[in-house]
Amino acid sequence: MSPSVCLQEMIRVIRGARTQGEERGVIQRECAAIRAQFRQADSGGRSHNLAKLLYVHMLGYPAHFGQMECVRLIASSKYSEKRIGYLGAMMLLDEKQDASLLITNSIKNDLSHSSQHVQSLALCTLACMGSAEMCRDLAPEIERLLKASNSYIKKKAALCAVHIVRKIPELGEMFTPSAHSLLSEKNHGVLHGAVILITELCERNPDNLKQFRKSVPELVQIMKNLVTSGYSPEHNVAGISDPFLQVRILRLLRILGRNNDAASDAMNDLLAQVATNTDSSKTAGSAVLYETVLTIMDIRSESGLRVLAVNILGRFLLNNDRNIRYISMTSLQKIVQTDHTAVQRHRGTIVDCLKDQDASVKRRALELSLALVSAANIRSMMKELLLFLSTCPPELRSHAASGIFNAAERYAPSQRWHIDTILHVLVTAGGDVRDETVPNLIQLITAASELHCYTVHKLYRALISDIVQQSLVQVACWCIGEYGDLLLKGECEEITPMQVTEDDVLDALETVLQSHMSTPTSRGFALTAIMKLSTRITNNVDRIRSVVSIYGSCIDVELQQRAVEYNALFKKYDHMRYFTMSYCTVILEFGCRSRLSLVLGGRGLKAEHVSIIFDCKDNVYLYWFLLQSVQLQMKAPSGDLIPAQGCGTVTQTVLLSYTNKANLKMRVRLSYSSQGTACQDMVQIDSFPSPAWS
Amino acid sequence: MIKAILIFNNHGKPRLSKFYEHYTEDTEQQIIRETFHLVSKRDENVCNFLEGGMLIGGSDNKLIYRHYATLYFVFCVDSSESELGILDLIQVFVETLDKCFENVCELDLIFHVDKVHNILAEMVMGGMVLETNMNEIITQVDAQNKMEKSEAGIAGAPARAVSAVKNMNLPEMPKNINIGDISIKVPNLPSFK
Repeated sequence: MSPSVCLQEMIRVIRGARTQGEERGVIQRECAAIRAQFRQADSGGRSHNLAKLLYVHMLGYPAHFGQMECVRLIASSKYSEKRIGYLGAMMLLDEKQDASLLITNSIKNDLSHSSQHVQSLALCTLACMGSAEMCRDLAPEIERLLKASNSYIKKKAALCAVHIVRKIPELGEMFTPSAHSLLSEKNHGVLHGAVILITELCERNPDNLKQFRKSVPELVQIMKNLVTSGYSPEHNVAGISDPFLQVRILRLLRILGRNNDAASDAMNDLLAQVATNTDSSKTAGSAVLYETVLTIMDIRSESGLRVLAVNILGRFLLNNDRNIRYISMTSLQKIVQTDHTAVQRHRGTIVDCLKDQDASVKRRALELSLALVSAANIRSMMKELLLFLSTCPPELRSHAASGIFNAAERYAPSQRWHIDTILHVLVTAGGDVRDETVPNLIQLITAASELHCYTVHKLYRALISDIVQQSLVQVACWCIGEYGDLLLKGECEEITPMQVTEDDVLDALETVLQSHMSTPTSRGFALTAIMKLSTRITNNVDRIRSVVSIYGSCIDVELQQRAVEYNALFKKYDHMRYFTMSYCTVILEFGCRSRLSLVLGGRGLKAEHVSIIFDCKDNVYLYWFLLQSVQLQMKAPSGDLIPAQGCGTVTQTVLLSYTNKANLKMRVRLSYSSQGTACQDMVQIDSFPSPAWS
Repeated sequence: MIKAILIFNNHGKPRLSKFYEHYTEDTEQQIIRETFHLVSKRDENVCNFLEGGMLIGGSDNKLIYRHYATLYFVFCVDSSESELGILDLIQVFVETLDKCFENVCELDLIFHVDKVHNILAEMVMGGMVLETNMNEIITQVDAQNKMEKSEAGIAGAPARAVSAVKNMNLPEMPKNINIGDISIKVPNLPSFK
C-alpha cells in the first residue's frame, strides 16, 4: 500500500480484515510503513501518516514512535500539519515524556500567531496536556491573551488559565484582575469561561473568595438578564436562555454565598425568582431548577426559601422521568445531614424507589434510605431494607449488608431483634458480608444470655436447611457447640418446639465437616463444636471420639492439628476434658482486631484449667503468656504463628493451681509481632463466670 | 471536570476516545472495555446515569451516556459537572455532528475521526465545557476547514471533486440501510435511458 495513501483508504483496509489476527497483521504493516516514512525527511503526506497513526492508537495499538513526528509537525508552517500535530500531541504526549517540553517553544510562538485558529490550537493543547513547567513558562502569554479583543481567543484563554491554576495554584493571583473584568463581557462563551475561572480561583484560595464576593451583584444582574430576557435564538435550549451559563453562575453563587450572610442576602430574591419562574418540563429547565435548589440549601437563605427548595425536590422525586428522580435523590443526599426532618417527609417515596428496575436509581435510593434510618423508624425501614437485600443487584449487596449491620447496631430496639436481623442478612447475603461479622455476632450472642436457647434453636434450623453461607455455618457451629445442651432439651419459649436428638446434632455437624462447600475455617468450627459436645451429651461420646480420630489424619493441617489435640484430650487428659470443654467462654478483644477466647473449665476440682484460643486477623507471632498471681504450669502452645484472616488458631493450655477461688483475677499480657512490628497488649479478667467454680 | 469522552458502537468498537487526564495506553483500552461492559447492560428506559466504574477515578465519578441507534456517547465526569447539563451537552454535540456531516451515521465517524476531534475541540477544552452554541461551533469549524483547503492547492483537487459531488442536489432517498451494524449511504444513481 502506498504510504501516502489517505486515512480513509487505510481504514477501509482495516475494516476489511475478517479476523483479529488479520487486523493485527494489516496494522503492523501499516505502522512499519509509517515508521519508515517518519525517518525520511519526506514532507508530502506527513499529516496523513500521523492521522493514520492516531487512528491505530485509538484501536489500542502502540503509537509512541509518533511522538517526535508530532513535535516536527507542530513546528511546520502549514495549518493542516499543525492541526494534526497538535491533535497527536494531545493524544500521545503527556508530562512524563520529554518530547512534551520540546513543543513549549512552538506553543509560545503560536500563541502570538496572526491567525486566531493557530492561536486556538496552541491554547487547546496547552489546556489539555500542559505540564507544570510549560504552564509556568506560558502563563504571562495567557494573561495577555485574556485581555485580547477577540472574544474567541478570550474564551479559550480563560479555560487555559483554569488549567494553569489547577497545575500551579500560586499563579492564580496573576489571573484574578483579568477574571474580574471578563464578567462585563457580552459574549456568552467568554462569560462561561470567566465564571469557570472565578469558580476555580475561589475554590483554591479563600482570599479570592473575599475578593469575588464583591462581584455578587454583577453575577445576579447577569442571571436576571438571562432569566427575564425574551426568546433569543442563539442561546435558546428548550425555552431556557443559555441554561449552561445559568447553571455555572448558580454554582458560583453557591460558593460565594456559603457561610456569608451578606452575599446570601444579595442573592435571595434572584433565587426565589428563578425557582418560581423556571419551566421544568424539559431537561434544560430541570437542570437550572435543581442547581437553584442546591444553591438555596447551601447558602444562608431564609427559611421560606428553604421550604420552597425542599418542596421542589419532593416534586422532582415524583417525576416520571427516571433521570429527574435520580437527580433529585442525589440532591437529597447532599442535604440529608443538615435538613434531616425535611428529607424524612419523603421517606415513603424514597423507599419505593428501592423497588425501581433501574440499578442507578436503586443505588441512590439505598444510600438515602440508609441515611434516613433513625430510632423511630428502624423496624419498618429494616423490613424494607431486608426485602431489598433479597432482590438487589449483586454489586450493591455488600454495601447494603454493611449498611444494615451499622443501622442495626445503632438503633436495635431489642437484642432479639438484633440477632434476628443479623441472621436474616447472613441467610440472604452471607457471602457478601465482611469478615468481622462472625466474631461480632458471636460476641453479641454471648452477651444476650437469656436468648441462648432461642438463638441456638434458630441457628440449628438454619444449619440443617442450608450450609452454603459460610459465615452462617460458622456461627451456627459455634453456637451448637457452646449451647448444645439447651438445644437437646427441646423446649424454648419463643420458638415452636422441635425434638432434636444427639444423633441429629452430630449429623448436622458432620455434614458441615464433610461437605466440599465448607471452607477450612468452617470445618475448624465444626470440629471444635463436636468436641465441645462431648461434655454435653451422654450417649454418643464414642461417635465423637471416632470422628475426632479420623480427622487426626486429615490433609488439612489446621484440622489435623486440632483433631490430634482433641484426641490427646480424650486419651491422656480425659479427666480434664470435661473441664476444658465446659462452657463459659469469655471473649476479649485486643487492639489488633484479635480475639482471645478463654475457655474456662473447673467443676469441682482444685486445678482450674485455662485454654487460650487465639484467633485473629493479621499474622501474629506469639512469644509467651504471662499470668500473674497464680501458680501455673504452661503447656507448649500448639504453634507460634497465627496465619492471617482468621484462617487459624493457636491453642495453649494452661493449668492453674489455685485454692482461693473467690479472689481469682487474671491478667493476661500478650507480646507478639504483627507485620514486623512488636506489639504488646494486656487484658484483665476480674471476675470469672460462676458455673466455672463449684 | 470531564475526565473522558468515548464513542463506541453496539459491539464495543471505539469510534472516538478522548481522555482529559493522562492514562497509559493499556489503561485507556481497559477503560473503554469496562465502560462498554457497564453501558451495554442497561435497558432502554432506565436513566442515563451510571456509577460504579472502577478504573476511571472511583466514587466521585459518573458515566453519563446516551444511546443513538448503533452508537453510545459516553461522558465520564466528576461531581463538579451538572449531570443534566452534560446530558444536554451530548445532545448539542450530536446535533452539531449532524449539521457538519449532513445526517451523520456511524460510517461518517469511522472515516472522519479527525474531523470529529476538531469539532469536539471547539466544544470541550481541557476537560471543561468551552462553547455550547451550535452555530458558533460550526462557524469556527468551517473557517478552519477553509484554511486547510486553501493550503491544499493542487493536491487537494481530488478531495474537492468529491465534495463537489457531495454537494450536488441529489433527490432524497433512504440514505441509511442497516445491514447488521454497518450503515451504508446509498447514492442515487441516475437512470440511464
